[in-house]
Amino acid sequence: MSATRPLCFQDLILRLHQFWSEKGCAILQPYDTELGAGTLSPHTTLRALGPKPWAAAYVQPCRRPSDGRYGENPNRLQHYYQYQVLLKPTPEDSQQLLLDSYRAIGIDPELHDIRFVEDDWENPTIGAWGLGWEVWCDGMEVSQFTYFQQVGGIPTVMPSTELTYGLERLAMYVQGVENVYDLDFNGKGLTYGDVFLRAEQDYSRHNFELADTQMLLTHFNDAERESMRLAEAGVAQPAYDQCLKASHLFNLLDARGVISVSERASYIGRVRELAKDACEAWLAGEEETSHG
Amino acid sequence: MAEFFIELFSEEIPSGMQAGAAVELGNMLAKALSGLNPRDLRTFFGARRIAASLTVDAEIPARNVSERGPREGAPEKALAGFTRKHGVTPDELTLENGFWVLNKSLDPVSAESRVAEAVPELLWKFPWPKSMRWGAGSNFTWVRPLRRIACLLDGHVVPFALAREGDDAHGLKASNLSEGHRFLAPGPFEILSGQQWQEELETRSVIVDMDSRRDMVRTGVTRLADQHGIMVVQDDGLVDEVCGLVEYPVPLLGKIDAAFMDLPAEVMQVSMRINQRYFALRNPDGKAAPYFAFVGNLPFKDGGKLTTAGNERVLRARFADARHFWDLDRKTKLADRVPALAAVTFHAELGTQAERAERISKLAGTVAQAMGLDGAQIAQAERAGLLAKADLTTGMVGEFPELQGVMGGYYAVHDGEDEAVSRAVAEHYLPRGQSDDTAKAPVSVAVALADRLDLLAGFFAIGELPSGSGDPYALRRAALGIIRTIRDNGLRLDLSELFAQAANGRTGGELAKLPDFIAERLRVQLRSEGERHDVLAATLAGGLDGDLVRLLARTSALSEMIQTEDGRNLLAAAKRAANILRIEDKKDGPHTGAPDPALYTQDEERALATGLDQAVPAIETALKEERFTDAMQAIAALRPTLDRFFEAVTVNTPEPEVRANRLKLLSRFRETTALIADFGQIEG
Repeated sequence: MSATRPLCFQDLILRLHQFWSEKGCAILQPYDTELGAGTLSPHTTLRALGPKPWAAAYVQPCRRPSDGRYGENPNRLQHYYQYQVLLKPTPEDSQQLLLDSYRAIGIDPELHDIRFVEDDWENPTIGAWGLGWEVWCDGMEVSQFTYFQQVGGIPTVMPSTELTYGLERLAMYVQGVENVYDLDFNGKGLTYGDVFLRAEQDYSRHNFELADTQMLLTHFNDAERESMRLAEAGVAQPAYDQCLKASHLFNLLDARGVISVSERASYIGRVRELAKDACEAWLAGEEETSHG
Repeated sequence: MAEFFIELFSEEIPSGMQAGAAVELGNMLAKALSGLNPRDLRTFFGARRIAASLTVDAEIPARNVSERGPREGAPEKALAGFTRKHGVTPDELTLENGFWVLNKSLDPVSAESRVAEAVPELLWKFPWPKSMRWGAGSNFTWVRPLRRIACLLDGHVVPFALAREGDDAHGLKASNLSEGHRFLAPGPFEILSGQQWQEELETRSVIVDMDSRRDMVRTGVTRLADQHGIMVVQDDGLVDEVCGLVEYPVPLLGKIDAAFMDLPAEVMQVSMRINQRYFALRNPDGKAAPYFAFVGNLPFKDGGKLTTAGNERVLRARFADARHFWDLDRKTKLADRVPALAAVTFHAELGTQAERAERISKLAGTVAQAMGLDGAQIAQAERAGLLAKADLTTGMVGEFPELQGVMGGYYAVHDGEDEAVSRAVAEHYLPRGQSDDTAKAPVSVAVALADRLDLLAGFFAIGELPSGSGDPYALRRAALGIIRTIRDNGLRLDLSELFAQAANGRTGGELAKLPDFIAERLRVQLRSEGERHDVLAATLAGGLDGDLVRLLARTSALSEMIQTEDGRNLLAAAKRAANILRIEDKKDGPHTGAPDPALYTQDEERALATGLDQAVPAIETALKEERFTDAMQAIAALRPTLDRFFEAVTVNTPEPEVRANRLKLLSRFRETTALIADFGQIEG
């Protein structure tokens, strides 16, 4: 990289694409439904299951309705980007690959303090867990590193390495910016705020004040029913799509504050059931194709 | 004799697991290599490795062993099974003492082959608290991927591989290679011995000795603090955690932005410690200093300038978050948060936090009254009880649960609550642990007790008792909190009455076990203070006295008494009397009721009867007036009379009426001692 000028937001993504493309990853595009995390994309969740190798990298927009701050918090967003890499099976040099990718975006591990800090990752809504680390750079978590052990309640027969970069944080770090809305987006004067501030304000109102909770509830029930029906029919990814929709609808209901503490666990359990059924349907199809 | 050395080099091990794993490795090796007489065990641990060295014998010497088989005349099948198991024929067995025995002479086993056999087995079953699979399909698990195994005897590799039956175990096998610092000295180097390994690692920027790392952190941080005339907040747990995260500790100092210095010191410290593993610093006046210390993992090329700036920036973002909660939380009064507690479940069978707040409030008033506080203080206790849990709904406590209470206290002050109320909200969690202080301000004490009484009564009422090591609701800690608070403040309370109040109309469940539960915690606590638990058991024999202060005063008076010569002899006499009565009562007892003075035949009997007649009212009065030492003296004074009685009087005399009367007299003596305690419980 040029030593004089830090990477703008979009160049950071391009640099990561370039790096992981050279390492043999399929560079995929964002999945087209609302997700709470890059992990939830079928490119990760479903592909982590079964015995077939897989290597992919993609940017995933993530939605966390209750993290909305009306555009007023310099660090929190209800919509943000993750850069997601899945490597299956786990490469011997997983850690080194991640460190090399940091060099590629201008972080020198001899000037910065890179640390692998214990993190037992778990996502109860999709019945997934793994062991790994938060990766710190100068005290800031810049990536999540997980060796998947279970997804959809099913043990991973071929464990994979999952790397998740928080792109805004990383960009703020590389650019030395303290407010996310000040990020240099394209190197030509456009800021992150120019692109997203209005949306953050409007979505915060939507998430906390306006979303029609009765409608959301109906949609949740519809998505749940449809997901079960589709899993039954053995079409895994469409069934999983409906599970993702249910998950997002739950997050919206949660942000609107209409889910009590005791109900929460039950909603999470319902989504987890859907994820499990979809994952099992996926695995059944994988076994058929590997035999046929 | 040979030096055995092993290093297990992996990806980063969770800091909190390293020390335990090193101990475990040492124990397992000592056991697996026991035939080689292992000694001089040393273990090492760090972010990416655990290691151990031992001195072992060169071989397990040749030896004879005998295996006992089936009994003579056992079924054919049993004998066949035994011979098959050992791969021998029946004529190789001999008969010894009615059993078939196989005498084998075993060849010597070299240290090398013993190690090569034992270590892979040990690694396959190594008990990490949590371990994982990786790679393309091996079932060999480790805490994080295991990358290298170095295993040497006197500098030579002990050849073994981890692979077994169709599992390649990631191709891991023993070598003589290790690695230095991830960034400063990547790549392998050869190990010649444990000593050379440790030295070579140091030149490769890895300090593998934990004590040295601790020392570097402590002295380094202190030196930086000294330069600014400030002090480090001592935190041994944090030092250990940090030392598990770095291979080469380099302490550095960062500045805290002045704009955040008005945040509560506890908020800053928790945010720094929990989120960032930073050390907090204090000015000489005890107030928070505008600096933090952190520990980097290498001597940075620029002296740490960039990383310090980066850490300062991270902390600004953290504090900005904390400030957001601090500002937002203060917009809603604690009192207005109480209704929101109705949405927070405390426990499915025990209702919401709102119901609990009501209960604590009422109970705090009751306790305050029992403590003899005035009307204003009783009202304050009730108010503080109601507000005590309200900070659970604040953003700050949501982010940092460890600030429960502390935040409530700050917010109560901000709301303009009475000083005593704010203080009680903050202090009602005291003591949080063994080393923590108890509450001292009267209103705080009332709320702290009410909180724990409600917790205990609730869970006992629904039968959720601690079992063995499992105590998910921390009921033992709550009981101990009650005991310590009462003792530290010398509170004269009737716990039985307070338990009844706390039960709040509920009956049944396991409520009846509550006094015993408190008694047991008290026993444990006294034992840990080096007190004689048997003396406490003796005073507890009649059930828990709900007034712990009185109970303990009686116990310590008894404890003192039995250390005197009179006391010791009295104790012996009491035991002798109890023994005689136990045996004779079995024959034709019980021998109770007043003895008949007409049946006394010896002066010693009369003297004892008179002594008892005088002692009983004296003891009763002394006990009632809580002059426990006087009560003890009154009974100890019987000693010469008793001695003479036992010397001169034969209890089991042939005349049945005289015998029965003497037994009644002894029985009366036993009843008298029982006024004080159950002497049978006291040892020695």
